[in-house]
Amino acid sequence: MPMPALTLLLHSTVLFYSSGNRNNGYAISTPTSEQYRGDGIASRAAGYGISTIRLDGNDVFAVYNATKAAREVCIKESKPVLIEAMTYRIGDHSTSDDSTTYRTTKEVHQFKQDSPITRLNTYLVKNGLWDPDKETAYREGAKRKVLEAFHGAKDRKKPPISDLMTDVYDRMPAHLERQAASMRRHVNMYSEQYPVQDFLEEDKAV
Amino acid sequence: MASALSYVPETAPSDFGETTKMNLFQSINSAMDVALATDPTAVIFGEDVAFGGVFRCTVGLADKYGKDRVFNTPLCEQGIAGFGIGMAVMGATAIAEIQFADYIYPAFDQIVNEAAKYRYRSGNLFDCGRLTMRAPCGAVGHGALYHSQSPEAFFAHVPGIKVVIPRGPIQAKGLLLACIKDDNPCIFLEPKILYRAAVEHVPVGDFTLPLTSAEVVVEGKDVTMVAWGTQVQVLREVCNMAQEKLGVSCELIDLRTIMPWDSETVIKSVNKTGRLLVAHEAPLTGGFAAEIASTVQGECFLHLEAPVERVCGYDTPFPHIFEPFYMPDKWRCFEAIKKLINY
Repeated sequence: MPMPALTLLLHSTVLFYSSGNRNNGYAISTPTSEQYRGDGIASRAAGYGISTIRLDGNDVFAVYNATKAAREVCIKESKPVLIEAMTYRIGDHSTSDDSTTYRTTKEVHQFKQDSPITRLNTYLVKNGLWDPDKETAYREGAKRKVLEAFHGAKDRKKPPISDLMTDVYDRMPAHLERQAASMRRHVNMYSEQYPVQDFLEEDKAV
Repeated sequence: MASALSYVPETAPSDFGETTKMNLFQSINSAMDVALATDPTAVIFGEDVAFGGVFRCTVGLADKYGKDRVFNTPLCEQGIAGFGIGMAVMGATAIAEIQFADYIYPAFDQIVNEAAKYRYRSGNLFDCGRLTMRAPCGAVGHGALYHSQSPEAFFAHVPGIKVVIPRGPIQAKGLLLACIKDDNPCIFLEPKILYRAAVEHVPVGDFTLPLTSAEVVVEGKDVTMVAWGTQVQVLREVCNMAQEKLGVSCELIDLRTIMPWDSETVIKSVNKTGRLLVAHEAPLTGGFAAEIASTVQGECFLHLEAPVERVCGYDTPFPHIFEPFYMPDKWRCFEAIKKLINY
């Protein structure tokens, strides 16, 4: 039996949020029309007897209010709730994807008008809470912050190489200790062949 | 390692006819083109295959053969496998694509409990032998935990399916066509780092290479080395290093089919050399090198000059920034050769 049905039977206080890849119109090149039939994700949760709401995922206030209300239902009534937030993926799937190979720029442009950021911007400006000067200043400040963080991070060394072996388990088992020692020996012997200078030395690790 | 990889192109046997320059994804595309041209029941399906696939393995095939023969599936590996098994049982040649081998696990139950056991549980009344599942596998330099895995050992442990991994374009086309034509469900794992990097002159026509047949890629007399996929290229370099720096002559074997594997070729070689190195990207413990080592110590015990060396990924998830230290690279393999010689 699928997981959502399980959560209802076990009184799980789980908030299912369907947005992202499942309901932003595309999974890489595949449109939702090729992913499923029937009335979206919401109809499926309702089919399992789970309280469901579908909303405009590009409306910040709708999403906030619905999530707040859904959370209260979840906790008060000890049951799962599903929110289906309708949206659209404007960007490419990843830097390896060129979405012009499977959709038109006209389609993307159409949905760009509906961007949640643009809509919130319009609302704030309309209500005298924001203006183009504040926008410019904020963008410049944000860009500067990001670049500072980026350059700062670039200059920092990566964690020590021994971190390759940690956190597989809570405590390192004996066989991994042996592999860690063997790796250390090998890297010391062949240090010119590995990018050791990019990584923190073991005794300098935090 | 990604930047250091250099693919040594091979020459196809002349009796395979006219050749043309192809990289790995083009040779795989060519194999599927041949399959769909010669077998009217053949279909290709998987995530994003219609527009050409995320690695371009299916480019042009939907246009050429139509949307009812090359089509997208929903994002559901369990469904892709289940659907493929059903199609194969009903007499169609089903070529399923799993977008990354790292994503194959939702299909594991279908592969293990349905596909692998279909013939056995029905006393040969029914089978899904016309199913082939393809998936990109292996390290690519930046793939991290979920775009780098080599899951061959999981499937080698399941009687009833075949597991095949090519080392380059000519091998890929011939072995994939063999899998498609083979009457058993096959898992064909494609080393993704070779998709663009491996280029050679590949026969344009219909040809197959034998399954369950390991190939001696480099002949030698002092040490036997066994690998598959990208690792064969790494060991080619190790052959040269061993010869130049140690005066040691290595015999390099590409296993090609992981299951059922050609133990005869490996045993014959180890009985000649007395020393064995097996290398793979997948983690050491329970990896397929363990199976090979176990068989060899049983069959070649009195011929062995040293214990079998295994150079593998460490027993951790495939790392992100630590990839250069994790890989069974030529330096680690070279050290293993020294150990074998100096034992």
